[in-house]
Amino acid sequence: MYTFNHKNLLGIDQLSVGDINMILDTADAFLEISSRDIKKAPTLRGKSIVNFFYEPSARTKASFEMAAKRLSADTLSLSANESSMVKGETLIDTAQNLQAMNPDIIVLRHPSSGAPHFLAKHLEAGVINAGDGMHEHPSQALLDLFTIRKKKGRIKGLRVVIIGDIAHSRVAGSDIRALKKMGAEVTVSGPPTMIPTDVESLGTQVVSDPTRALKGKDVIMMLRIQLERQSGILFPSLREYSNFFGLNKELLKGAKKDVIIMHPGPINRGVEITWDVADGPFSVILDQVSNGVAIRMALLYLLIGGE
Amino acid sequence: MITWIKGGDIIDPRLGTQKKLDILISKGRIEKLLTPGSFQPPGGGEVKTVDASGMFVTPGLIDMHVHFREPGEEYKETIASGSTAAAAGGFTAVACMPNTNPVNDSRSVTEFVLERARKANVVRLYPVAAISKGQKGESLTEFGDLKRAGAVAVSDDGRPVTSSELMRRAIEYARFFQLPVISHCQDLSLSSEGVMHEGSISTRLGLSGIPAATEEIMVVRDILLAKLTGYPVHIAHVSTEGSVAFIRRAKGEGIPVTAETAPHYFSLDHTAVIGYDTNAKMYPPLRESKDVDAIKRGLSEGVIDVIATDHAPHSPLEKDVEFDKASFGIIGLQTALPLTLDLVREGVMDLPGAIAKLSCNPAAILNTKGGVIEEGKEADLTIIDLNKEYVFTEERIKSKSHNSPFIGVKMKGIAVLTMVKGRIVWESNELNPGS
Ligand SMILES: [Zn+2]
Ligand SMILES: [Zn+2]
Repeated sequence: MYTFNHKNLLGIDQLSVGDINMILDTADAFLEISSRDIKKAPTLRGKSIVNFFYEPSARTKASFEMAAKRLSADTLSLSANESSMVKGETLIDTAQNLQAMNPDIIVLRHPSSGAPHFLAKHLEAGVINAGDGMHEHPSQALLDLFTIRKKKGRIKGLRVVIIGDIAHSRVAGSDIRALKKMGAEVTVSGPPTMIPTDVESLGTQVVSDPTRALKGKDVIMMLRIQLERQSGILFPSLREYSNFFGLNKELLKGAKKDVIIMHPGPINRGVEITWDVADGPFSVILDQVSNGVAIRMALLYLLIGGE
Repeated sequence: MITWIKGGDIIDPRLGTQKKLDILISKGRIEKLLTPGSFQPPGGGEVKTVDASGMFVTPGLIDMHVHFREPGEEYKETIASGSTAAAAGGFTAVACMPNTNPVNDSRSVTEFVLERARKANVVRLYPVAAISKGQKGESLTEFGDLKRAGAVAVSDDGRPVTSSELMRRAIEYARFFQLPVISHCQDLSLSSEGVMHEGSISTRLGLSGIPAATEEIMVVRDILLAKLTGYPVHIAHVSTEGSVAFIRRAKGEGIPVTAETAPHYFSLDHTAVIGYDTNAKMYPPLRESKDVDAIKRGLSEGVIDVIATDHAPHSPLEKDVEFDKASFGIIGLQTALPLTLDLVREGVMDLPGAIAKLSCNPAAILNTKGGVIEEGKEADLTIIDLNKEYVFTEERIKSKSHNSPFIGVKMKGIAVLTMVKGRIVWESNELNPGS
């Protein structure tokens, strides 16, 4: 039997294809729990999980909390405004304080790339990276893989395009790695100001124009435009962005007839994606949300449920 | 009392030669250079003998770019601790950058720094004064008064001069006092959030990039200002292939420009950042392997005149944090020599050529003493064991701070004795026993 041998989930690079298949298969089993009347299993009774969010993230935090509760774990959620971080406590102080609570695992969202790696070095507890800076958001990529596998029956050989602010997106960082690892072909698209230097070194190709980029693709992933990046340096206005890089019905005409459209949420409707497309027949955005809970249950189970 | 250094190979970096000679030192000066065997020590014990057989004796090494953090951040380094680290690294003189707290922009700070160095009484210390008051880039400091107080050069290292007008006037004004101008080249507006070299690794790690152009734009600006004013500019810590090319071209056109690089730019590339190692974070950042190759070529062809450490101590407070929050800079005084000797072994430079970049070249640029072994000159000497192999451990570090990416790395070559004005300021227990 395949064993999952990790204490932390810091990024996709650490996972093998076998690891990823095991996570997805485990999530499949947990998806069933979520459809029961009593959505609870005793699997992680007595385990404690700390959700530590240095950035606001209602969705990811809620998803991890729900996952932990469905597995009967004790959870404690801290956000930056409640912790003393804002008052100048360093991450190493925080790590020591958290360790004193003796949790089994810490789910960390942090604005600095590499912060989970730093925490993992200083903690005995495991660490799940729930998004670090512009680096990775591995549980999002795993739920994306899970959603694609459920809809398309496979991942290998599929052609995927990711459109938006690739340079500042940890979702893209993890999705590119995960998709490549599982044998998909990945194209990134967006204004050249938002394409990272040497992104080809991650194994993707760049087609800046979305009209050309989405041709023949099985999956379109739209990224959220972070409104706080509207300094006028990366793009002139939201209006112009949505005109040239937003996904709308017109643009979608050039896509494959069985394409699926994904978005990590929350959506800026009318900016990177129009209402009708987000709610339209190709959209699997709501599936992503429910699959997210199952994936996070699988991760918690595999990382701390084994003992 | 006479010191007799016997049996060593003497390196003359200006002539590019090495010769077996004995050295007699008295009253702080080199009294005599003798063919081995020609000196018979008189009885009575007034001769101290240093057995340098199998070793190389070079002019005292000069590091023209260090940060000693005093005044203001003595928890990172003091002039005393930094001087000890310098001596242990084989350096007999260091030039201290002005970005202390307060900034060295006045006679009183320059005098304070020199007074501390006198108290420490280890190596020679050359203060580099700020170009602008408070290093704010707005108005010039009193170059004349600073020079009288003992400053050897001016630089706004650490917080570079953004205004081209101010830089032009600084160079023009420095000419009157014959003060060298040292430029830290960084277009701050192009790398405002950058924390490492922009390339495949910054993309992989999700870290904001500092493109090579950040440095090169200012290298070109300062070359053009040297041309405009006709007065030399010294480019600090060159790290990119492009900078080397621009400096090569400028020198070819006769523009008065000199340049230095630091050992980490020819020993490491940006892959050292993988794992978010804050000891691989400095400005300029570690670049790509093609840049490392270009730096070596620049050294070998004489485009880069000097190797200087940019020794920048930081405590765990600044370094044991998230990568993007960590301070820039690493210590380097005790690793510069073995890393430079690696280039000699690689064939990039011969030994006298490498020593020139650590002695007579910086002396010429700063217009200071040193860089020669000659009868009558003050005895600043370094004795080097080229073949000593060891692991660079934290225990070896004399600096107050331990922020080095080379901890745990195997090194070859070490300074076994450092002498300033005839006085031994560092003697390793690795010197020939029984001497
Ligand atoms: Zn500098
Ligand atoms: Zn410096």
